[in-house]
Amino acid sequence: MSTLYEEIRPDPGPDVPVRRVTITVNGQKRVADVEPRLLLAHLIRQGLRLTGTHTGCDTSNCGACTVLFDGKAIKSCTMLAVQADGHEVTTVEGLATASELHPIQEGFKDEHGLQCGFCTPGMMLAAKALLDENPDPTEDEVRWALSGNLCRCTGYQNIVKSVLWAAEKLRSQSPS
Amino acid sequence: MYPSRFRYEAPSSLDDAIDLLHRGGGEAKVLAGGQSLVPLLKLRFAAPESLVDINNIPGLGFLREEADGSLRVGALCRHAELERSPILRARQPTMAAAAPLIADPIVRNRGTLVGSLCHADPQGDWASVVTALGGWVVAAGPGGRRPIAVADFVSGPFQNVLAYDEIAVEAVIPAPKGKAAGGYLKLERRVGDFATAGVAVAIETSADLVVRAGIALTGVGGSTIDATEAGRALVGSALSRDTIAAAADLAAQAARPRTDHRGSAEYKRQVVRTFVERILTRITESAERAA
Repeated sequence: MSTLYEEIRPDPGPDVPVRRVTITVNGQKRVADVEPRLLLAHLIRQGLRLTGTHTGCDTSNCGACTVLFDGKAIKSCTMLAVQADGHEVTTVEGLATASELHPIQEGFKDEHGLQCGFCTPGMMLAAKALLDENPDPTEDEVRWALSGNLCRCTGYQNIVKSVLWAAEKLRSQSPS
Repeated sequence: MYPSRFRYEAPSSLDDAIDLLHRGGGEAKVLAGGQSLVPLLKLRFAAPESLVDINNIPGLGFLREEADGSLRVGALCRHAELERSPILRARQPTMAAAAPLIADPIVRNRGTLVGSLCHADPQGDWASVVTALGGWVVAAGPGGRRPIAVADFVSGPFQNVLAYDEIAVEAVIPAPKGKAAGGYLKLERRVGDFATAGVAVAIETSADLVVRAGIALTGVGGSTIDATEAGRALVGSALSRDTIAAAADLAAQAARPRTDHRGSAEYKRQVVRTFVERILTRITESAERAA
């Protein structure tokens, strides 16, 4: 794969250092040559063509670009792609299996947790990080976990309901 | 948005990192959590020639209480770990109050306390907290290590006193001389916004008398404000309505707020007064409940 920012600026000069990174994305090993200044969000969207991860504000405010990095929610517009070398990244494309939606996705569908849908991937991954750590959160805990994700349709009420729906479904599925 | 071009190094030892900074001759910048630096790079407010990423250096992520009761926070200890720390909840009330108020939960997974001190944003919460607690930063450079009191470490807005080839490797909170109490309050328009105003209060009491007090202010001046007079007004007596009111007034006087879209200068000064009063009153109320 070519380096993205070289495409943006076609004459980078001969000495632009490029790094080869190996990142496990949604369980698959992906190898890419990246310029150090390439942001993880841009590698995911343009390099790996996983466009479910959205970039909203580009200033670490909105959380639309949230992905899981070694299981923890991070803003992928605020990390360099080179920093992900050797790490695991989960994007929204990693939630569903070929045949089934993830319970969090089902919850958003069932409880009308999205309107325009722009913030949804980030919301769902922030929700996944919460439910992985705390399978039975209170409404307040859900609101706390999503407080770094903005929804400009202001559909927060249903987003919170969706996550609580998913939590219940996941608990009913777990063998305990 | 994307940053201007830089060289990137991710050394696996502190010595290598210091060496890279040294050879960078002032044009290299340390990357830790990156939650302030990466946005600055994207906005091109910062355009260093090279970045020295310290995330691959083992042994910098610690959060440790020493036998003497002091607390050490390593350069890669993330806000999220501080937020979840039982040590903070049990024995560091000012830090425990501040940790959940830093930025937002996702930023807290990456950002670091030491990085926040180095960034020296006048709106940064940790600088106020560590100033109120009388803490210091340990800087490591080619010539060895040296401690720098946080009150001296921040030299202005977005400025610290580190030499170009030094790395802040940890922050240290000294052991309390008495029973520690305190709090942190921040007014923000929404989670993750810059503070309209923030107040850190840390006191230590012995037989009900205040033996040490630190009060520091966030977002109401060109840099973190150490309201030393306000703290001094509490030392030597038990907390009372009078001493609390005196400290709150002195803290409000120490504030240097500016009128902006978050509120008028007078409003922010009043928020400082109210927050100092509120934190100290809560301390007396919980002491009464415990008695």
